[in-house]
Amino acid sequence: MTEEREGLDSRGLAWLSGGGDESEIVLSTRVRLARNLQGFPFPIRAGIEDSERVLERARAAIGAADSLRGADLWTVDELESRDREILLERHLVSRELLERASEVPSHAALVLSADDSIGVMVNEEDHLRLQAFGAGFALEDTWRRVDRLDEDLGALLPFAFHHELGFLTSCPTNVGTGLRASVLIHLPGLVLTKEINKVLEGISQVGLTYRGFHGEGSEVAGNLFQLSNQTTLGKTEEDLVEHLARITGKVIEYERSARSVLLREAPTVLEDKVWRAYGILRRSRSLSTGEMLNLLSGLRLGVSLKLLPTPRVETLNEILVLGQTAHRSHAAGMTLDGSDADVARAAFVRERLARDEAPGERADAPGQNLN
Amino acid sequence: MTKGITCDSCGERPAEIQLTTIEDGEMSTLHLCSACASEKGVSASIPAKAPLVDFLAQLGAASETESGRAPMEPCPYCGTTAADFRRTGRLGCAECWVHFDQRLRGLVRRLQGSVQHVGKLYVHTGSEIGDRIGELAALRRRLQRAIDTEDFEAAAEFRDRIREIEADS
Repeated sequence: MTEEREGLDSRGLAWLSGGGDESEIVLSTRVRLARNLQGFPFPIRAGIEDSERVLERARAAIGAADSLRGADLWTVDELESRDREILLERHLVSRELLERASEVPSHAALVLSADDSIGVMVNEEDHLRLQAFGAGFALEDTWRRVDRLDEDLGALLPFAFHHELGFLTSCPTNVGTGLRASVLIHLPGLVLTKEINKVLEGISQVGLTYRGFHGEGSEVAGNLFQLSNQTTLGKTEEDLVEHLARITGKVIEYERSARSVLLREAPTVLEDKVWRAYGILRRSRSLSTGEMLNLLSGLRLGVSLKLLPTPRVETLNEILVLGQTAHRSHAAGMTLDGSDADVARAAFVRERLARDEAPGERADAPGQNLN
Repeated sequence: MTKGITCDSCGERPAEIQLTTIEDGEMSTLHLCSACASEKGVSASIPAKAPLVDFLAQLGAASETESGRAPMEPCPYCGTTAADFRRTGRLGCAECWVHFDQRLRGLVRRLQGSVQHVGKLYVHTGSEIGDRIGELAALRRRLQRAIDTEDFEAAAEFRDRIREIEADS
């Protein structure tokens, strides 16, 4: 059964462990399906009562769905603003879901399975956004999990479905399968060799699109890209997922060869770059999120190419998520903004990097040497 | 693309937005400052969704004048108008897909490269109670719209149907 939970603890952070295929290049995978209930206007047009009924029906179905046994449900209206931001920083909810809750009761909600591998957003742009998450490059498996969730919920709730257009969605860019599969991929090699634009252009010519780390409309930061399918209609779900997997495989190959070129042609420059990134992250007293993301990219590249002995990939992933402002505020027990957040972030990063260094290499106390 | 041009509307501020419209089969381009653009309901500040909305605005302007059709009635189920859709890029309900079908097909073809779903098929075989709740919700909404539009004949029909379902359960 579904129970309401107070704290978020470490929910949705399983992927940080750094496992999964191709995990030195692909950080995580997700697949979502947009679904709407028959008989109710879509959230953009729904009144408070409609939204409440949708949430009640969704809650009942989620409580009865096999794949969501033991799942937790949080209504966004009841979450404190810092917890909302934390969910956003973990990419468990969208900005759109939170913005709905800034108005009158939105009856927007987030559901997460006990193992965090699948979830549902209720009353986002569509009534239901079914999601599955995976560590590393795991499109097949992630698709299978969201498909099973869809089968479960579709048997319990009447979805809006049209014989020609498929699953009906609020936005025409999602109609049909309602499927958006994406991989979060780290491409510093292609950026440094200036091949990235060619690759991104190629991607858009084969029906895929890309976004930055922070999702729709966001700038690319830290050389992290989210590659996903552009269209949702006219192909089967399996074809859409396979196509993204095939093209991502190619991008991984290009990234690998770009890294080899860098190692061969400019080893000193590369080594200097990753060590400088390490030095700043390990020593600085104030770090903006943007600077942190960019320097982390250097570390991730350095670790992957074995130019740096530490940190572990898990530590890099932890810093990436837990180093963001809402997480630092949560740890500090107070809202941090601007320079306070930057100072807290720098302290957190220094501490996490120090943990991974062998005792002899530790350089926390003044007067000690790094190496 | 609008550098150095003053706003066609106020003639004072520098133009920041280029608005292309098609009226009576003729294409015209307006250069607007952000203040005049927002008065005309044009916004350049919605980064991710703007392309679709612009696209819809142009498409809507073209199709209404080319075909000579009167502006479409709002969706009978949720009340969404063609103008609402052009502004937000979002449909209001499943019924909108049927109501605006003619106009949506072209758009969907251009966005998706197809108008035929070939993915999972779906037939709801769930409990009757669930269906009844959905049907009741739909009927209540139709009833409200019928009352709002003073279509009392339809309202009476919806009211009777609601009573029937409620009596059955």
